[in-house]
Amino acid sequence: MADAVLHVFRGDKDGGQAKEYRVPVAPGMVVLDALHYIQGHIESDLAVRWNCKAGKCGSCSAEVNGRPRLTCKTRMDALPQDKPITVSPMKTFPIIKDLVTDVSWNYEVNKKIPPFTPKPGVEWKMYQEDVDRVQEFRKCIECFLCQDVCHVLRDHDKKESFGGPRFFVRVASLEMHPLDNVSRTKLLKDELGVGLCNITKCCTEVCPEEIHITDNAIIPLKERVVDEYYDPLLRLVRKIRGAPQP
Amino acid sequence: MSETGLPILQNGLGRTQRRDAWWVEIIPVVIVLGGFGVYATFRALENGFYDPRLYGFVSPYLSPFYSPLIDGQHHWLPQWLSPAFLILGGPAGFRATCYYYRKAYYRAFFLDPPACAVGDRGHKSYKGETAFPFILQNLHRYFFYLALVFLAFLWYDVVLAFNWHGHFGIGVGTIIMLINIICLSLYTFSCHSFRHLVGGKLDCFSCTAVNRQRHGAWKDVSALNGRHMLFAWISLFSVGLTDLYVRLVCTGVITDLKIL
Repeated sequence: MADAVLHVFRGDKDGGQAKEYRVPVAPGMVVLDALHYIQGHIESDLAVRWNCKAGKCGSCSAEVNGRPRLTCKTRMDALPQDKPITVSPMKTFPIIKDLVTDVSWNYEVNKKIPPFTPKPGVEWKMYQEDVDRVQEFRKCIECFLCQDVCHVLRDHDKKESFGGPRFFVRVASLEMHPLDNVSRTKLLKDELGVGLCNITKCCTEVCPEEIHITDNAIIPLKERVVDEYYDPLLRLVRKIRGAPQP
Repeated sequence: MSETGLPILQNGLGRTQRRDAWWVEIIPVVIVLGGFGVYATFRALENGFYDPRLYGFVSPYLSPFYSPLIDGQHHWLPQWLSPAFLILGGPAGFRATCYYYRKAYYRAFFLDPPACAVGDRGHKSYKGETAFPFILQNLHRYFFYLALVFLAFLWYDVVLAFNWHGHFGIGVGTIIMLINIICLSLYTFSCHSFRHLVGGKLDCFSCTAVNRQRHGAWKDVSALNGRHMLFAWISLFSVGLTDLYVRLVCTGVITDLKIL
C-alpha cells in the first residue's frame, strides 16, 4: 500500500503552519479518511469538523491543494501523489483550530433576509413549472465553499457590505417562489451588496451540489435589481401606471 | 511527522496554494480578446475594404464591421472619420457588458481575481459594479435592444449576399456571412438579460395564459443560455473572420468562388 504525504495546517487564530504526515492510501479513500487516519494514529488533537461523510452535511469544507472542496468528496486517487497534498482551512473565515473555522458570520447574514411570506389567504397550490427553479436552490448544503472562494469576501473582506453567493441563492429561492409576497431587491442592493459581485463564477465552480449559482441565482437577481433601480424605461412605465417606485 | 514551515495563506496578487496551471485559462482570453480589439480598431481606422463592389469585384458582400453602412461615400461624414466608428459602439457595448465577457475580462485583464482561489489585489476600496464605470454594466439590456437592431441589418446583408446583379447566387462569402449571422443570433438570443426579460422576471409561470407562453420561451432561452459562453466565442471568431474574408476579397488577395 503506497503512502501519501499530506501537509495539514495546524494552528489557531494566532498563527500556525503546515505539518507533514504520511498516510497509507487505501482504495476509495477520500481526504477526510486521511485526516481521520492522522487523528486515529498520529495526532489525536487534529481538529476537523465533519458529520455525514456523504457530501450532504456541508461540514468538512477545506482547501485541498488550494482548491475549496468537501474533504469527504475528494478522493485521494484523484490528487497527484508526486507532491505533498496540502489541506488548509477555509481562508475566508477566522480559524478556530487547525481545519475548523468560525462560520458564524454566515448565520448573521441569514438573519437579515425576510423569511418566506405568503399573501394572506393565498391558495396553497403550486405547479411544478413554478418551483423548478426554487428546487435547484434547495439543494444547497451550506458548506460555504462558495463564500470561501468568492473574492469579494476572500480578498476584499467585504463582510460588512456583502452577503455572498450562499445568501443570493437563498434570496433567489424566496424571490422566485410563486407564493411569496415580499420584495427583497432593496435588501439585495443596499445590504447584501449584489452589485459588488463581478460575475467571475468561482462560486459556481466550487459548488459540490452543482447549483448554477451565478447563472440561475445571482444574474437573475441582478436583473431584478436593474428592473427596480437602473432601468429608466421601467421607471417611466411604473410612473405612468401609478405603481410604487422602489 | 514534521513541520513544513508553510504558513497559512496570505493575501496578495497571485498568491495561492493551487498546484495547477491556473494562469493557462486567462492567457487565451488576453490573446483572443486583446487581438480582436486591436484588429477591430485597425479595421475601423482603415476606412475601406468593406465592400468588394467598390474595388471592381462582383461579390455582393458588406463587412459586418461596417454594417449598417452610414455615408460610405462621405457626403457629410468627414473623410478622416470611418463610418465604422459610428456603429461599432453598439456591438462593442453589448459584448463589454455581457455577463459572460465580464467574467472573462475581469479575470484576464483586471485580475480581479485572476482565477478562483488565487489572490487578487485585495484592495479595500473595491466597489465592484456599484460605482462608475462598472455600474454601467446595469445597462446591458439596452445594449441587447441595440444588438437586435444590428442583427436585423446583418440578416438583411446576408439576404443581399444572395443577390448577384439581380440573380440568385451563392459565393463562399455568402456562406461565411450566413454562418456568421447564425452565430451572432445564437449569441444574442442566449443573452442573460433576454432570458430575464422573456420570462425570468416572473415568479409564477402558471398564473396566466401569457405567463405560460413566457415560461415556454424562458425554457428555450435558458437552454440557449447554458451555451452562452460557447456562442460568445464562436460569434467573436465568426464576425472577425467574416470581416477578414471580405477584406481579403477586396484587396484581391483571394478570389471569391461563386458556387451557384
